[in-house]
Amino acid sequence: MRSFTYARAASAADAVGRAGASGTAFVAGGTNLLDLMKADVLRPEGLVDISRLPLDRIEETAEGGLRLGALARNADTAYDERVQTRYPMLSKAILAGASAQLRNMATNGGNLLQRTRCYYFYDTATPCNKREPGSGCGAIGGVNRIHAILGASDRCIAVHPSDLCVALAALDAVVQVTGPDGERSIPFADFHRLPGDRPEIDTVLRPGDLVTAIDLPAKGFAEHSTYLKIRDRASYAFALVSVAAGLELDGGTVRDARLALGGVAHKPWRDPEAEAALVGKPATPDRFRAAARVLLRDAKGHEHNSFKIELAERAIVRALTEAAERKGAPRP
Amino acid sequence: MIAIPSIPGFLTAPNGPIGKPVSRVDGRKKVTGNAHYAAEFTLPDLAHGYIVSSAITRGRITRIDTAAALALPGVIHVFTHENRPSLAWFDRKWKDDDAPKGAPFRPLYDAEIHHALQPVALVIAESFELARYAARLVHIEYEAAPHQTDLRANRANSFTPGKDKGGFQPPPKPRGNPEQAFLESPVQVDAEFTQAAEYHNPMEMHATTVLHHDDGTLTVHDKTQGAQNCHTYVCNVFGLAKSAVRVMSPFVGGAFGSGLRPQHQLFMAMLAATQLKRSIRVELSRPQMFSFGHRPETIQRVALGADRDGTLRALIHEAVQESSRNENYVEIVVNWSGQQYKCDNVRLDYKLTRLDVHTPLDQRAPGAATGVPALEIAMDELACKLGMDPLELRLKNYAETDPNTGNPFSSKELRGCFQQGAERFGWAKRSPAPRSMRDGRELIGWGMAAGVWDAMQGQAAAKAVLGVDGKLVVSSATADIGTGTYTVMTQIAADVLGLPIDDVTFCLGDSSLPTAPIEGGSWTVSTVGSAVKAVCDRVRSQLVTLARKLDDSPLTGVAEEDVLFADGHLIVRDDRSRRLSITDAMRGSGTLSIEEEARALPYLLARARHTFATHSAVFVEVRVDEDLGTIRVSRVVSAIAAGRIINPKTARSQIQGAVVWGIGMGLEEEAFTDHRLGRVMNHDYAEYHVPVNADVPEIDVLFVDEHDDMVNALGAKGVGEIGIVGVPAAIANAIHHATGVRVRDFPITLDKVLAGLR
Ligand SMILES: Cc1cc2nc3c(=O)[nH]c(=O)nc-3n(C[C@H](O)[C@H](O)[C@H](O)COP(=O)(O)OP(=O)(O)OC[C@H]3O[C@@H](n4cnc5c(N)ncnc54)[C@H](O)[C@@H]3O)c2cc1C
Ligand code: SF4
Repeated sequence: MRSFTYARAASAADAVGRAGASGTAFVAGGTNLLDLMKADVLRPEGLVDISRLPLDRIEETAEGGLRLGALARNADTAYDERVQTRYPMLSKAILAGASAQLRNMATNGGNLLQRTRCYYFYDTATPCNKREPGSGCGAIGGVNRIHAILGASDRCIAVHPSDLCVALAALDAVVQVTGPDGERSIPFADFHRLPGDRPEIDTVLRPGDLVTAIDLPAKGFAEHSTYLKIRDRASYAFALVSVAAGLELDGGTVRDARLALGGVAHKPWRDPEAEAALVGKPATPDRFRAAARVLLRDAKGHEHNSFKIELAERAIVRALTEAAERKGAPRP
Repeated sequence: MIAIPSIPGFLTAPNGPIGKPVSRVDGRKKVTGNAHYAAEFTLPDLAHGYIVSSAITRGRITRIDTAAALALPGVIHVFTHENRPSLAWFDRKWKDDDAPKGAPFRPLYDAEIHHALQPVALVIAESFELARYAARLVHIEYEAAPHQTDLRANRANSFTPGKDKGGFQPPPKPRGNPEQAFLESPVQVDAEFTQAAEYHNPMEMHATTVLHHDDGTLTVHDKTQGAQNCHTYVCNVFGLAKSAVRVMSPFVGGAFGSGLRPQHQLFMAMLAATQLKRSIRVELSRPQMFSFGHRPETIQRVALGADRDGTLRALIHEAVQESSRNENYVEIVVNWSGQQYKCDNVRLDYKLTRLDVHTPLDQRAPGAATGVPALEIAMDELACKLGMDPLELRLKNYAETDPNTGNPFSSKELRGCFQQGAERFGWAKRSPAPRSMRDGRELIGWGMAAGVWDAMQGQAAAKAVLGVDGKLVVSSATADIGTGTYTVMTQIAADVLGLPIDDVTFCLGDSSLPTAPIEGGSWTVSTVGSAVKAVCDRVRSQLVTLARKLDDSPLTGVAEEDVLFADGHLIVRDDRSRRLSITDAMRGSGTLSIEEEARALPYLLARARHTFATHSAVFVEVRVDEDLGTIRVSRVVSAIAAGRIINPKTARSQIQGAVVWGIGMGLEEEAFTDHRLGRVMNHDYAEYHVPVNADVPEIDVLFVDEHDDMVNALGAKGVGEIGIVGVPAAIANAIHHATGVRVRDFPITLDKVLAGLR
């Protein structure tokens, strides 16, 4: 490993202060950052250890939601009783990810900021615009089974690998950030960005910005929701396609709907039009399929991943069907 | 019938340990961390090496600049092709016991790059982290040349290899008139199959620690399946006296064939240790585990012609595989197809295509694991076309003798595997039509396949030392790659001499021990076990002789074959009150220890006139989501015929492990090569998928009784590989039964099923 400086942050403000310098990175659980440093993909000159900051609580918010501390562990979040009963899709999404050991180490903030698993990003002998801007994209025309079908650019077709984030996107979570310019709240939909011509930038965070918490609004779709993850083996694999689905039903009619896709884009993929296509309509597979087609209307496959388009459609229908069935809703 | 040399006294001990589910004798060491692996040995002056891997696939190095690396405090040296010492010149010096025909790869030999991730420099530093960092500072410039890594694109340039590798015979000449018989057959199957390249990826990465002693001698702890193979290699390559080096590998964290040849970390560690006169450790990284041998990618065609009653009329099996430019790795692939079923018109054809890859390498059931599934899927397709039960079709064409040679089998209880396996699985309840069984949204499929693997034997020697305290130490330079060799050899020795298991110690993994071949091909029980038995038989004879000479010996006038060995005693078979303990026999005769060495050879005459093979029948249930195409193996029954099972517990573990791998071969394992770069891209455990616990159902293993007194003195065949053969086919057949979708390309990932579900 390259040499780097190490400092333990005394407070959030201290962390932000130390991280202002370029080449500095926060380290939380380390499950992603340290791997990437060992692979020589990331080469921070300094690490600011935030793992001991008191940002690991899960608390009620005034609005009736929950505030998930950025340093709460993925496992603690998934098994928190309030999360399990009020936001079951979130709990399910976390538990669908990684392994028990990793979830015990991984933090919520770190999960948001984990990097893509694109093979080329990890192999420093190959071109990758995300790792080395301007070097080209190895995955385009290369091995791209796990890559994006939506929102990609001609510079990068990587996907964001998180499960947690897909559920957070569906739930309209808000990311709380403190940085050199003070505190701000970022709606989840705006937090991750598309690759465009700057694929090296994953999120809207600026240097020195520290994620302190993730706020969940009161509405958790606890009655009719699910998280469906489709992957190449039953556990310990990233999603080929995943779906976070939440419905509010009135008899057999959809009152409100949330639909987010994972494994298909540089960020969790949501589209208000697809959700609008469900609202006021009967909760039937045909309607679900119609909404899926709206969500996937701009999908474009590459050499090895075109199957994801059809798979995503089927997965959406399945997830919405399961969500609708959850609590005594009429079987479609 | 061939007369078999009868060896006295075997299995005479009533209730001896052979055939018992004895727990691993090394189990406690393993679970308490007291089993030490190659990268765990150390000396105070140990320095660490890190290998720099080539960034290109073919071409040459035009410049290496090591200045930045060497400038770091603590970096000791950087070895490259420019500064390496002169080493052995002739190819034969670089050959090892598993080398195929050709010129073995020589690390740091010159500026040429032959394959992706080729080792191009070795950085030695005071710590591992420093060596790794410095390796990244080694600046290398290349001149790239065009490469070819795509088998399909290059298959037109294939050639027919000869007998280019030990253990593999070229395909037999065609018999009958296969092309015409195929055309005239009323029912035909003709299909192409592909098998993706697989990397061995044992849990323990390849590592070597060379301990440099004050007297200049070297102890080399290497991850290998053959300590003596590596010993010969390093002595030849570095021009060292045999006595100056000792290679040890008492524990190996899995290998599956990857340790059959000396790998380049051994060369690197030896290079540094001999040049720097220091103790050195070199360990590969996980991505570097993709820099050497692998199960080669294969394209096959199987054509079957049959009468309407299912009688096979024609069988054609062709395979083309990748090899490197420098060596002809062969695993033949097709021969088992000529052996498995009775058929008069057969053509088997095997070709190689040279690509810019590292030479492939034997991987669990090399050849059969790839070829048999293609045949067994084709048989399933034929059964479907005939409207016949797949098991029925196999019984209809059952080969009582080996159709390839006309010779009888030394034993073959495949019929028993079919019957007992089917019964255990409940095969009779199968509803024949595809898509006819379901549970909610899951389509259920039942598939089966047969498997076959060779029952080989080599030559080995073993040594036994029996102390006056009744403790026995037996040794041979074989390996235990997690298979249970320690345990099984201990059982054989304890059985022959009637000793408690705890009084027997077996030593292996040390080049200074009596000669044993590389541990592969499922031949270790047969090969080394026979030597262990032979040497213990000698000790036994000695003991009988000693005992008979004692005054008032209870054995006076008793013939050796009438003496039983049990509970540490010599006992007269017909009058068990006449007995004498081993300790008393030795003490009474003033013998402090008995030392014997013996060598065991295969029964060559019997081997020339018979075919020796293990067989299996695998039954699999899969559940396929009817909308999503996700596949889950929910039940496996594997019925095995492998002669006498020395230890049903370790044998069962071997079969279960092999079935797990079969699930991986069938559904998950695949190295993705970017042919533009000539490089495997998913070179880590996160993206190169092997099964996880959640993928593996209960695996029901049953061993079918099989008596064989020709295979060796133990009557035992090996079980290390047979368990994998056939599993991918049974899965593919079950998927077809569940969904009606026929996939012939391994691994069967969900996208391939989804395409058919549309
Ligand atoms: C083999 C493997 C399999 C995996 N499988 C899955 C999976 O299936 N699904 C899934 O969702 N995830 C998976 N993961 C990823 C895992 O969830 C992430 O590695 C983990 O969530 C990262 O959290 P961490 O606390 O360890 O982050 P770290 O590694 O400490 O940090 C990651 C990044 O986040 C930044 N960071 C951390 N905290 C903050 C903060 N509070 N504010 C600002 N920046 C911050 C760091 O600077 C760094 O850039 C897998 C990981 C591995 C290694
Ligand atoms: S897809 Fe993105 S991450 Fe992958 S190689 Fe291209 S630029 Fe790099």
